Amino acid sequence: MSTAVAVVLLLAVVAYAVFGGADFGAGFWDLTAGGPDRGEHPRDMIEHSIGPVWEANHVWLIFIFVILWTSFPEAYASITLTLFVPLTIAALGIVLRGASFAFRKAVITLRYRRMFGAGFAASSVLVPYCMGAVAGGIASGRVPAGGQAGDPVHSWINPTSVLGGVLAVAAVAYLAAVYLVWDARRLSDNEMTEYFRRRAVVAAALVGVLGVVGIFVLRADAPYLFQGLTSRALPLVILGTLCGAGALILLVRDAARGGRLLAVVAVASVIVGWAVAQWPYILPETLTFSAAAAPTGTLTAMLVVVVLAALIVVPAFILLFVLHERGLLPEEGVGGA
Amino acid sequence: MTTTLSALTAIVLVNPVPWARAQMAFTLAFHIILVPLGVSWAFMTLIANYRGLRHSDRAALILAQRWSKFMAVTFAVGAVTGTVLTFEFGLLWPRFMGQWGEVFGVPFGFEGLFFFTEAIFIAIYLFGWRRLRPWAHFWTGVPIVLAGIFGSISVVAANAWMNAPTGFTLDSNGNVVDVDPIRVIFNDSMPWQAAHMLVAAYLVGGFLIASVYAVGMLRGRRDRYHYLGFVIAFTVGAVATPIQMGVGDGLARWVYSNQPVKFAAIELVPTTESDAPETLLGHLNENYTVSGGIPIPGLASWLSDPSTGKQTVVQGLTAVPPDQRPTVQQINIVHLCWDIMVGLGTLLFLLAVWYAVSWIFRRRMPQTKWFLRAAAVAGIVAVLTMEAGWVVTEVGRQPWIVYGHMRVEDAVTANTGVWITFFAVVILYALLGTTTILVLRGMGRRFRQTKGFTDHDTPYGPSALTEASTEAHADAGEAVG
Repeated sequence: MSTAVAVVLLLAVVAYAVFGGADFGAGFWDLTAGGPDRGEHPRDMIEHSIGPVWEANHVWLIFIFVILWTSFPEAYASITLTLFVPLTIAALGIVLRGASFAFRKAVITLRYRRMFGAGFAASSVLVPYCMGAVAGGIASGRVPAGGQAGDPVHSWINPTSVLGGVLAVAAVAYLAAVYLVWDARRLSDNEMTEYFRRRAVVAAALVGVLGVVGIFVLRADAPYLFQGLTSRALPLVILGTLCGAGALILLVRDAARGGRLLAVVAVASVIVGWAVAQWPYILPETLTFSAAAAPTGTLTAMLVVVVLAALIVVPAFILLFVLHERGLLPEEGVGGA
Repeated sequence: MTTTLSALTAIVLVNPVPWARAQMAFTLAFHIILVPLGVSWAFMTLIANYRGLRHSDRAALILAQRWSKFMAVTFAVGAVTGTVLTFEFGLLWPRFMGQWGEVFGVPFGFEGLFFFTEAIFIAIYLFGWRRLRPWAHFWTGVPIVLAGIFGSISVVAANAWMNAPTGFTLDSNGNVVDVDPIRVIFNDSMPWQAAHMLVAAYLVGGFLIASVYAVGMLRGRRDRYHYLGFVIAFTVGAVATPIQMGVGDGLARWVYSNQPVKFAAIELVPTTESDAPETLLGHLNENYTVSGGIPIPGLASWLSDPSTGKQTVVQGLTAVPPDQRPTVQQINIVHLCWDIMVGLGTLLFLLAVWYAVSWIFRRRMPQTKWFLRAAAVAGIVAVLTMEAGWVVTEVGRQPWIVYGHMRVEDAVTANTGVWITFFAVVILYALLGTTTILVLRGMGRRFRQTKGFTDHDTPYGPSALTEASTEAHADAGEAVG
């Protein structure tokens, strides 16, 4: 039963990366859009694109935490004790991001706009970096079992964490660029389509390079993960690589469809690959999922939640999606009333 | 070198308990203000929406549409502060979550479900104004109300479990070996606490929103739009107030029976006695004598159980060892906050009575400026009442984090840098709070500047507004500021 809950946890992580990640990635492009004049058009585009879903994607993150602390409490205690610093920075970054994104719209003068714009953009990069570093710390076996605190510094400043952090920033930037290409095309904004298409290609190439570098980093720094990635998770790694390459080709050739799906599958298969590679451990080589699992009653309750979610949330989500696709929910940013 | 080292040691050795407690209290105090808006605003919006459709009332429709937009902003801010809270459970209280997460956490699974549903339907309702059929659109708002109700019940169930921990079995080492999720969620304290918080959400939400329109009316904007905004919200708050007094009374009796130490702190009863007085204000001294205040003889005993009247025995603070009761300072906080909650709640009740009497005898709301002035303050007063009540239940539980099972100092993180995160959180939340108010004001101003609604913004199809009503709607925006 702990396996079923672990799968649910994995799906939530994938959903957060795919949906929430793009929000963060948009902030990255905001940061790199240049001066107030040059960057105005892309910034407007970004604002338009994430305005309606402002911060709602944190639902996935909350769900991840809830699953962790109910179903694998021992691992959760170890993680929060050990990785206190990056998790705190991520939490503060989420507040800063939410506040400064809205603040930027509310203030008039350019100086303040820039200040809060910088806050929004910087925290958009900081949060995924910290999340990636946390993932790196866990994956490389630096979080001890038993609700104990590990090394408060080296648990998140180490080769695998740096790789995880940089990879997370690059991946969300890539996803966001791909989504923004699609959005711009829908709005028939050729200039922005081209603008973000070029950036998506660069980001995709960067993710590829990081992947190659990662092979060497993980072999030296996270042997258990490396071994998993090169054996039982290998099909997923290959799938991710193929999808990533396919998406890159579609982007370079400026194809109208397919790119978005391939990009999502590429990112998702890397995350699933990570999970398969460190299986059966939640904290590699010290604590397995089944050993960390809560009593049956709690796990059952969580699976009931998932079933209810399938019965309530999924139809609601489909309704939202259908209404949106039929154009019955005209876009109207929350702040742009 | 030595000085740097000792300075460093001083920083490193700061006791995390008070800072963790302060940070948790601060972030919860902030979040709890957003809760009533998330829970009850949708209900009020639907009342306006219903009126607008049923009676072809354009002002009501525009009110509903604007409320839905403000609501979406407060929901988004609530999502951010709620996310921070989920971080904090682990970052500040890892030992609590490590040992009890599998029990305490269960209600949060269901809360996540309702929160998700709420988010989806807020999006549909918010963006569906122009293109959905009017009644279909109205019905997409109903799940928001239901999800808000069940979501808040789920969260309060978790807090109630900390007061009345049930639904688990421990082995000889004190580890949880078996969990009964039903007993965890439906713990003994849950029905009373959930009802109390739910009614509070409607009470506070109603008075808070009404106060904005009261200010607008005091500034001379006496149009239909303001009238509706005030009457709908204030009526919800006024109806909730007497219900809340009944629920609160029931909860207090539950505390009397099940958490005698908290009850003794509330009533400031040092030693076990019958004929215990109800002390208004006053404080407890270090030697457990009560100074100051106005004692009303026998009332605390009588209220605890009217059937035995003054003979009812109230357990005193000294009946348990000092390490199992709150500190004197905490006891005084609990007692003062209790007085604030009951006192301010009574004032709100009197205001609600004034409003009700006017409706019953004159068939209209009170017309005097003094009523509007009182209503303008009632929003803040309601928030303070709720905050005070929450302090009573949280501080009154000390020194326990899980009543009778785990103490706060055994739950806290080992990280000694919490004082730094505390200050960072305070600064960021100040920024977030300012942002929220500025954004809401900015939206109000924009509503005003567009001179009512352009075609683009008109709910349910066109029909140009007359010049007069356009003016009225233009003013409405300002009220929100």
